[in-house]
Amino acid sequence: MEKIYNLPESLIDVSTHYCPGCGHGIVHRIICEVIDELNIRQKIIGVAPIGCAVIAYKYWDFDCCEAAHGRALAVATGIKRVRPANIVFTYQGDGDLAAIGCAETIHAANRGENLTTIFINNAIYGMTGGQMAPTTLLTQKTATTPAGRDAKLEGYPLKISELLAQLEGVAYIERTSTDSPKAVLITKKAIKEAFQNQIDGKGFSMVEVLSPCPTYWGLKPVDAVKWMREVMIKEFPLGRIK
Amino acid sequence: MGKILINGNEAIAEGAIRAGCRFFAGYPITPQNEIPAYMAKRMPEIGGVFIQPESELAAISMVMGASASGFRAITTSSSPGVSLKQEGISYIAGAQLPAVIVNIMRAGPGLGNIWPAQSDYFQATKGGGHGDYRNIVLAPSTVQEAFDLTLLAFELADIYRNPVMILGDGMLGQMMEPITISDIKRKPDSKDMVPLDKPWALTGCRNRKLNLVASFRMREGEMEKRNLELQAHYKEIVRKEQRYEAFNEKEAEIIIVAYGTMGRIAKGAIKRLEADNKKVGLIRPIGLWPFCKDVFTKLFKDNATLKKILVVEMSYGQMLEDVELTVLGRYPVEFFGRSGGGVPTEEEIVKKVLELY
Amino acid sequence: MTGKIICSGFGGQGIMVMGKFLSYVALEGDKFTTYLPTYGAEVRGGTAHCMVTISDNEIYSPYIAEADAVIVMNEPSMRKFENRIKKEGLLIINKSLVNAKTKRDDLKIVEVPFTDIAAKLGNIKCANTVALGTYFSISSIASKKDIYSVLNKMLAGLRPEIFEVNQKAIEEGFSYDKPR
Repeated sequence: MEKIYNLPESLIDVSTHYCPGCGHGIVHRIICEVIDELNIRQKIIGVAPIGCAVIAYKYWDFDCCEAAHGRALAVATGIKRVRPANIVFTYQGDGDLAAIGCAETIHAANRGENLTTIFINNAIYGMTGGQMAPTTLLTQKTATTPAGRDAKLEGYPLKISELLAQLEGVAYIERTSTDSPKAVLITKKAIKEAFQNQIDGKGFSMVEVLSPCPTYWGLKPVDAVKWMREVMIKEFPLGRIK
Repeated sequence: MGKILINGNEAIAEGAIRAGCRFFAGYPITPQNEIPAYMAKRMPEIGGVFIQPESELAAISMVMGASASGFRAITTSSSPGVSLKQEGISYIAGAQLPAVIVNIMRAGPGLGNIWPAQSDYFQATKGGGHGDYRNIVLAPSTVQEAFDLTLLAFELADIYRNPVMILGDGMLGQMMEPITISDIKRKPDSKDMVPLDKPWALTGCRNRKLNLVASFRMREGEMEKRNLELQAHYKEIVRKEQRYEAFNEKEAEIIIVAYGTMGRIAKGAIKRLEADNKKVGLIRPIGLWPFCKDVFTKLFKDNATLKKILVVEMSYGQMLEDVELTVLGRYPVEFFGRSGGGVPTEEEIVKKVLELY
Repeated sequence: MTGKIICSGFGGQGIMVMGKFLSYVALEGDKFTTYLPTYGAEVRGGTAHCMVTISDNEIYSPYIAEADAVIVMNEPSMRKFENRIKKEGLLIINKSLVNAKTKRDDLKIVEVPFTDIAAKLGNIKCANTVALGTYFSISSIASKKDIYSVLNKMLAGLRPEIFEVNQKAIEEGFSYDKPR
């Protein structure tokens, strides 16, 4: 009998530390599948963020580097500039990429660094205990917005992808989701394109993946997916942005 | 090759290139702007990388990335900028990566001003960033030494896989002196970006298991184990890497302790006092961490005439604390310092010494 | 022998170039030298100065508290530095731009209209070179051979007329070496 579903070579067979219903595991796997399909495992250098995915490298069977909170794209710039033949990517959450690392993100994109960034947007801070993210929706309750995010006090959900799309150095930006098998397949296609762009030397490519955090959204995994589909996607429309 | 006239900043930049450094990232700040300008011109000539990043935070993280990839890398700044770099320096120390960081000190606190100072001694030698780590700190006092110690900094960084800081001041950075340029022994002038043999470096996992560069140790006991390893490593550095210049120290009645620019000015004061038959000696720490404790211990045994120790700094007494911790009350430790732009002059030091007699 | 010289004027008068020239001449003569510029927001306008030490021996302090010679190219510089010269030291004054008289009576004073001379030579910017000529002539700190060698090196690559005017300027400066 033909085996049609394998553990990707790039994925390490360990049990997950992520919560039930979390989207990180799905995206980790997609990245590994894409790396295998593009046959670049031996060239890949990943940069892990600070946040729930701080130990993403525990799941990845290829070279990885840590970065201080928000500095993943600066570390990746350092790596890629001295090793242009390697394929370098960052994996970052909304706090890392759009709050504390906003300057690094904008400037790496604006320099047109030939890098791939996978941006996980779950509208909340997971690792530190459910605080407000720059992408938290208005009225969404978090540990630091107990009455719900109020635009007057906390501003608006930050559309970093739309913002980056304005920059000339950016080759490709797409927002996708993990709310259905179909959405996962679209996400995989987008991530593959983002890596292919780097192989082709096209410049900065980013895929923003909307991803559920049932634990800190205070929802059951199934309800979290429903909320993502019915509420979050309205605020963060899917599709190719650039 | 004959001597060339060059300023301290350019000497550090050329030293880095001669040491085989092929990566520079640095944000402009006075009084070290000659370094990025020099690197912007020189790096492309030798196939290296120059980046003017968006901030010092980014600069030090870019250095972390280049170093993790196996390349010699440097970032340079002055006091306020070096405060920002502390985040990355802590990560580099935690991940056991080599890196060279230059601080051409100016007066603080805050924005202070652009004139020379030595008020970042604590920050440089006591950690600066978070966590139990140490930088190796080298303090040049001449433009020639700025060049020579830059070569050494890259060697030490690689040998110990540890950040090395070159601590100069605005005067050293800006002043010109004739120096002799020399090459380091290993092939530094290669046009290719050939990294040194670093089996831990990130290169892509071709024909080997994966490499991971990280400081994070979450599992119980793992971080303590890492810290104990680091501490053992620091002990070895303390044992092997104390550096100093001693001058007239064996028969001196008063020993001046001063580093960097203050070291050379103190030497001038000692020469003046010599003409006045005053027996004054100098200990000039060249390495600030590890501090040259051993030379003091030896001195206390060998010198029967020593009466007092005078510490002179362009600060209000930072290295003073290390001297006091070394002397441990065996001799009176006096202090003279200015900071905020003022530089103690030979004349002022002579006056202070005569007061102590 | 040690010579400690402070060159001073306003930004744009080529004060830093004067200092570098002195240090290059020292290097040419295989002497020790240090050159310490002021730095910061003084590129054009404002006061600027630099400190140069030339010596047969190792130099300790690049900072000069008491100079052997001071060249002042404008009036604020004279006020700032006239009291930083040792007794019997040399004060060279750009008479074109300095009307005030020094309060010191224990100095060797040489007053020369450097800016006017430079203007007559056709390039006001070479007043600094005229002043250097005067200083070299009085101090005899360097040989003419070394001075010309440095002039050649520093002006290499510039337009021939710039080279010529500076050569004339330094020669003109040599002839003003007596207190007047």
